[in-house]
Amino acid sequence: MLNSLLSPNTQWVLLSTLILGMAAGMIGCLAYWKRQSLMSDALSHAALPGVVIAFALTGSKNLLVMILGAAVSALIGAWMIQWIRSSSRIKEDTAMGMILSVFFGLGIMLLTIVNRTAGGNQSGLDNFIFGQAASMVRKDVFTMLILAVLVILVVSIGFKEWKLFLFDPDFARGLGLNSRLMNSLYMGVLVLVIVIGIQAVGVILMAAMLIIPAVSARYWTQSFRTMVILSAVFGGGSGFIGTLISTLGKGWPTGPFIVVASSVLFTVSLVFGAEKGLLIQAMQLRSQKKDHTESSNQAVIKPQLSERGNHQ
Amino acid sequence: MSVLQVQGLNASYRKNKVLHDVSFEVGQGSLTSIVGPNGAGKSTLLKVMLELHPKLSGDVSFFGSSLSKTKTRVGYVPQRGSVDWDFPTDALDVVMMGLYGRVGWLKRPNKSHKEKAMASLEQMGMADFAGRQISQLSGGQQQRVFLARALVQDADLYFMDEPLAGVDAATERAIMTTLKDLKTAGKTVMVVHHDLQTVEDYFDHVLLLNRTVIAHGKTEEAFTKDHVYRAYGGTLRWMKEA
Ligand SMILES: Nc1ncnc2c1ncn2[C@@H]1O[C@H](COP(=O)(O)OP(=O)(O)O)[C@@H](O)[C@H]1O
Ligand SMILES: [Mg+2]
Repeated sequence: MLNSLLSPNTQWVLLSTLILGMAAGMIGCLAYWKRQSLMSDALSHAALPGVVIAFALTGSKNLLVMILGAAVSALIGAWMIQWIRSSSRIKEDTAMGMILSVFFGLGIMLLTIVNRTAGGNQSGLDNFIFGQAASMVRKDVFTMLILAVLVILVVSIGFKEWKLFLFDPDFARGLGLNSRLMNSLYMGVLVLVIVIGIQAVGVILMAAMLIIPAVSARYWTQSFRTMVILSAVFGGGSGFIGTLISTLGKGWPTGPFIVVASSVLFTVSLVFGAEKGLLIQAMQLRSQKKDHTESSNQAVIKPQLSERGNHQ
Repeated sequence: MSVLQVQGLNASYRKNKVLHDVSFEVGQGSLTSIVGPNGAGKSTLLKVMLELHPKLSGDVSFFGSSLSKTKTRVGYVPQRGSVDWDFPTDALDVVMMGLYGRVGWLKRPNKSHKEKAMASLEQMGMADFAGRQISQLSGGQQQRVFLARALVQDADLYFMDEPLAGVDAATERAIMTTLKDLKTAGKTVMVVHHDLQTVEDYFDHVLLLNRTVIAHGKTEEAFTKDHVYRAYGGTLRWMKEA
């Protein structure tokens, strides 16, 4: 383990999944309050055909090209979800389910064809399904790092605007906040964090990196700022730990280990969370019950006292 | 001078036409209630005027100008149910949002902004609840926070969507006192109101709406049994009996 830690490539990979996890945790909070957690899942699955087509067209595994393909494909998916919802009676969640499965099926089909023509699994495209952080070369790591930092900056700089936009979009527009710009920006950072994450985490599990940290953070705090920071810490932590574990074995996928790590954090939050955790709720209920019995005991004495008061 | 001028406004949701040829004018310093049955298009009227929902045709002018040029002079109190009160924030923070336009985009609010927001909470009798989670407030308290957020905007024309719906008697008194204070200060207020019994006591003007304007004017002139009956159609039994 120490050896793998000392390898500079591994260090860079760990740093990049740490930053990616932080970015995903922050964007996850936006998706959570936009009630669009499922949207992130649909979009990450919708990215697969784009990745494969980008590879087939260029014949190279240049991450920037792949990211571009993934982004185009995910945005087409997003646009189709909107289109289905607004032009038919189909509800948004059904539309998301449809796009998710159709795009993913298409992606797998294309992948099978490309793999066959490229001879076996030489293309390494399979890594995009479950994620293989260790397979990233230095250039990929830098690309990912820069884009993840960009996403974090977009959320941090406009923090007050994001809060207003998520809590009360109508009021925000009344104040002159450009809601079309905010919506585009939101979609932009959501797709960006998904597409930069899929090589490391994979299309199937990328959404978990967005959803689980945000939900876990919700158990600890009643402040939006703290929720975003905690979610970033949880996301970054599970990205780091999951990647570290996956480097221990040869060919171990990264995505599943990251999800397991964040699920552990979620379980801890669910039970011990300071705001909504099961334990604190049970304790509050017990103390309320105790107060209740105490005050009803007092209530038996009180009428006598007030009666005496009336006589005076 | 008329503060708000609406001319031939039409609006719909998909194929469902909700507002039909709505026209009216509101003078400065008036306190107008917008009254009509459920689904009459009261909320939609506010949203269309504020450009939160597109209009099919018609003109709306604020202070003789367009909304985009007068945005800071127009305040809006949405229906309480339009936001998720589970959102992790406290009362003071929500009131601060009313100042975001003044603070400037991408800038951080400073101490004087915070003091303004506190003063506004105090005016609504909510100073003790500044740090309280909004999910832990009662319906009436949440409504007061919304009012405080609008007050802090220091607008000249206010639109409020059912601020008195489902609030306790103390909150109703606090809100009505605030509305009268606004009027005294020369501000203009339009309030969607659902309680026919209090219209005459609370408001000097009435806009009776049911998809189109049924009657509009001074309360004693516009709020007649005949007009109210026409606005509510057969749904208003007590009017017929009275
Ligand atoms: N978002 C929406 N989508 C579709 N129809 C809507 C929407 N909002 C309101 N409506 C319809 O428009 C009509 C007017 O609604 P609204 O303006 O909310 O009425 P009011 O506020 O007077 O009760 C109703 O028939 C309602 O069903
Ligand atoms: Mg309404």
